[in-house]
Amino acid sequence: MSGPNGDIALWLLVLLPAAVGGVLAVSRRAGPVAAPVSLGTASVTAALSVVVALERPAVAVPFMAGADFALGVDGLAALVTPTVAVVTMLVLLFAAGEIREGRARFHGLMLLFASSAVLTVTATTLPTLLFAWELMGATSYALIGFWWREDHRVSSGLTAFVTTRTADLGLYVAAAAALAGGAGLALADLPEGSAGWRDVVAAGVLVAALGKAAQLPFSFWLSRAMEGPSPVSALLHSAAMVAMGGYLLLRTESLLAATGWAGPTAAWLGAATALVMGAVAVTQRDLKQLLAASTAAQLAFVVMAAGVGTVAGGAAHLVAHASTKALLFLAAGAWLTALGTKQLSGLSGVARRWRLVGWTASLGAVALAGVAPLSLWATKDAVLAEALKQSPWLYSAGVAASALSAAYAGKVLVVVWRLSPAHGEAAESQHDEELTGTRHVGVLEQAPLVVLAFGAVVLGGLALPPADALVARAVGEGRPHVAVPELVASAVLAVAVVVAVARWGVPEPRWGLRWLGLETAARAVVVRPTLAVAHALARFDDGVLDRAVTGMATGVLAAARGSARFDDRVLDRGVEATSTTSLRAAERAARADDSSLDGAVEWVATGMRRLGEVARRPQSGQLYQYYLQAVVVLATGVVLLVLVR
Amino acid sequence: MLSLIVFLPLAAAAVLVALPRIGDVVARWLWVAVTAVDLALVVALWLRYESPGSLGLAFEERAAWIPGVNSSYHVGVDGLSLPLVAMTAVIFLACAVYGLHERDRPRIQAALFLFLQSVSLGLFVSADLILFFVFFDLSIVAMYFVIAGWGHGDSGRSAMKFFLYTFLGSLALLVGFIGLYLAADPHTFDMVDLAEAAPLAQSPLAGGLVLAAILVGLAVKTPTVPFHTWLPPAHTDAPAVGSAVLAGVLLKMGTYGFVRIAMPMLPQAWQSWAWVVIVVGVVSVLYGALVALAQTNFKRMVAYTSVNHMGYIALAVGVAGLVAEDTTQARAVAVTGAVTQMVSHGLITGALFLLAGVLENRASTYDMDAYGGLAAPAPKFATLFAVGAFASLGLPAFSGFIAEFQIFTGSVAAAPVTAIALLGILVTAALFLRALQRIFTGETRGRSVGFADLRASEVWSVGPLLVLSLVIGVLPRPLLDVIEPAAGVVVDLVGR
Repeated sequence: MSGPNGDIALWLLVLLPAAVGGVLAVSRRAGPVAAPVSLGTASVTAALSVVVALERPAVAVPFMAGADFALGVDGLAALVTPTVAVVTMLVLLFAAGEIREGRARFHGLMLLFASSAVLTVTATTLPTLLFAWELMGATSYALIGFWWREDHRVSSGLTAFVTTRTADLGLYVAAAAALAGGAGLALADLPEGSAGWRDVVAAGVLVAALGKAAQLPFSFWLSRAMEGPSPVSALLHSAAMVAMGGYLLLRTESLLAATGWAGPTAAWLGAATALVMGAVAVTQRDLKQLLAASTAAQLAFVVMAAGVGTVAGGAAHLVAHASTKALLFLAAGAWLTALGTKQLSGLSGVARRWRLVGWTASLGAVALAGVAPLSLWATKDAVLAEALKQSPWLYSAGVAASALSAAYAGKVLVVVWRLSPAHGEAAESQHDEELTGTRHVGVLEQAPLVVLAFGAVVLGGLALPPADALVARAVGEGRPHVAVPELVASAVLAVAVVVAVARWGVPEPRWGLRWLGLETAARAVVVRPTLAVAHALARFDDGVLDRAVTGMATGVLAAARGSARFDDRVLDRGVEATSTTSLRAAERAARADDSSLDGAVEWVATGMRRLGEVARRPQSGQLYQYYLQAVVVLATGVVLLVLVR
Repeated sequence: MLSLIVFLPLAAAAVLVALPRIGDVVARWLWVAVTAVDLALVVALWLRYESPGSLGLAFEERAAWIPGVNSSYHVGVDGLSLPLVAMTAVIFLACAVYGLHERDRPRIQAALFLFLQSVSLGLFVSADLILFFVFFDLSIVAMYFVIAGWGHGDSGRSAMKFFLYTFLGSLALLVGFIGLYLAADPHTFDMVDLAEAAPLAQSPLAGGLVLAAILVGLAVKTPTVPFHTWLPPAHTDAPAVGSAVLAGVLLKMGTYGFVRIAMPMLPQAWQSWAWVVIVVGVVSVLYGALVALAQTNFKRMVAYTSVNHMGYIALAVGVAGLVAEDTTQARAVAVTGAVTQMVSHGLITGALFLLAGVLENRASTYDMDAYGGLAAPAPKFATLFAVGAFASLGLPAFSGFIAEFQIFTGSVAAAPVTAIALLGILVTAALFLRALQRIFTGETRGRSVGFADLRASEVWSVGPLLVLSLVIGVLPRPLLDVIEPAAGVVVDLVGR
């Protein structure tokens, strides 16, 4: 096993570019030192990658959800990690010559990306993988939209990010399913989950990988990603980020095989993408768009390799493609900077003008075509030979896709070496249409091309004896079988197709130019309905929910006012009415008091007065009347005396 | 120690109110100093913290208060409340630093925020329902004055709506608390005793009603759909520091109530009604994200993303109620994720609202279409904004990813149909990147022209919040080591 040195190297491999990149990306005054610092870091990283490839360390720290943040280098990672690190270094060398503004931010973001790519390669648990996976997507967004003053580039970054994030949801589902299935979140343990959950894990991983690798139906984001600077296209969108989609499937190949359906599904989806994207690439008129479609088509071979179960073949193809495609993208970038155009018609005969770029790019194009004995010929056949064992139809689809790759590579070759003066004049008119060309390709931009061209030539050895046995043993597979008839046939086919293209040209139908309208379809089926629902819900929120709450408040206020009116008009008036009634009763009582009680008293008083007047009448002053009164009183007294006795 | 931490800001507030001649500069710096000291005390507490057992509390303090209803001044922390206490201290310090440039009555604002800090800290450490309720309502009162006194736009109306709506919710909460009190034998308001007794376990109807009352009260505060309509106007019209505290601290009082009160004290009812909570959570996630997508006012957009983020918490705690033998680990992971999300959302959304305040301060508008190409005149602002936006959409290396990964892993493992909530992180990614694009990229036009970049007080208030989120995102173990035991305890208590 590896000692502590290997462990330290592995941690440094991931942490060093991340730390340096993070600091560079946010500092604004580091412009002048950005390129040397990033190149130094990238070189150290490349060296460390070789160290870990030899030492094969494994490290882990506790992280979350019962799983560790774990990294480990096995045979497959030992092959891919140095590839990523070396291509990063070469691309940064190129970028040192090409990127003039915002250098600190650019180099910082590229280093952050490199760190997350290496972390993706060496991750051994799902949380670690997802961590790195999404960080790659975020740095890709920032790098595609690097020239942020141009709105359409930032839009492209957004499209790329949201599309890949949609696919990434598959990894979240896979993580949950892995936990539920009892397998735990380690990548190596995924095949051991319970059957139903394992299918969900495989489906989730498959979707995420297809999205990242720009396979159908996600391919359109890669077309938009071409709006970023050429070094970004060379590193992220050919060699590293999209390749990680294929890499994930190679890493989880045992899981795909264990489910029974995931392997064939991956293989057929790969075959379909290789065919369709190959056809799309053939029809392109823009060099970067052609290379992008070609990337999707070539990675489809890696997907197919994972589907049919040849990890060694897939890994070899991935490595060889990384070198070849990075070379071609950097060449396209050099021509874009020099001539100000990336349209094929504007690049007519450009290979003759800058010889080194022309020759290295041609080597890359020939390798891409699958011409023997260059790299992609052997690696592609390693995959197709395995596919033939599974299904002749699959093999035929693969062969057709190879023919298409020869066609589009041949198209590029023909254009860049064209001698015709008529084409040359038409090309001149297209120069400087995107930016003002410098008419110069510097040393920093040419040096990486040489190294990558070398890789494009020799890396096919990974799929040929004697190295193929080494690779197979490293990834844990059996002895590879070299299919000589297939190799010869594909070599012949490639040359034949290139010659045919040189002679007769290729069709360029509109459906190909628009990448099958995939993005338009995605907008119509996903984006527009979502926005429509969003606006409808916002209106519902304001107009119904909020109005209901405000309505309740208004209702309460209305009830309050009603109660207030009731209080004033009914209750209070009732109280007032009581007092008015009391006053009237009092008045009546007062009148009764005056009229009856008081009247009675007055009547008695009046009666007394009359009696008094009557009592005065006997006082008449006449003597005879007094005598009469005295007799009457005496007689009355006698009668009374007699009666009482 | 806990009482010191809780009441130190209150004492400082009293000092500030009592000395009107103290001067603006001194007042502002006093505010910063007190919050810094409080944070230092909380850090010291954290370093000495050891996980208490099930139903235990660390640094417990108890004093008699209202013996007639068996309510005491009982405080303590455990793995659920300690991270929230720390987050509260950090957010208030950030607001104090941000407030170093406040021109409008800084002394009174400082006093009010210190009071609010005491109240918030008190709520998170309280272990008695009446104490909890008092702090709950006082927080509403204090925030009303913050919005009405220092807000802009239609602040009076928004403050009134906020106050009435959340106060009404708190009354429902009080009804629930009284229900718990009456059901317990002996009658008590003490949280630890109630959690141990789980008084309404035998009566599903009463338990369901009490849970409904408590859930309504907490759902208004959280807020979940459909009780969320007070949030957007409150945020839009509140000052930057007010929004930061409202989103960062006050909303957590609702979600904290789920894990501290509803789940441990009403396990049977929670299990019966778990799907209601899950559905409310999922609806909040999707509805919040979609309505946020449709907004053109940046602060309103972030307000709706808060509804979305709180929805994840509701989803996770709802799933914790789906008790089954083989889902124990998944449910514990989900609850851990929910508490992590509480901390993470506080830090990140607090930072976003402080950044939104810069828009208001410089150009008096939050309308995203009024800006364009702002990264040119204000690169520091653009950087911090981009970091905040990516942190909020759940990018790894930030705390949001730690939280959301655990929530989804746990929830989908226990209840696969909840996977639909994953669309929430997709929509939030789209809406934040669109906002970033509209405001910062493209040609510099509109209000972006002549926009002054961030001041030191703004950088030093927002920066540390995002750095802390980054630290948690890369090194989550110190935080998770505190939360995981407590989450396990909650899952056990709910499973009774």
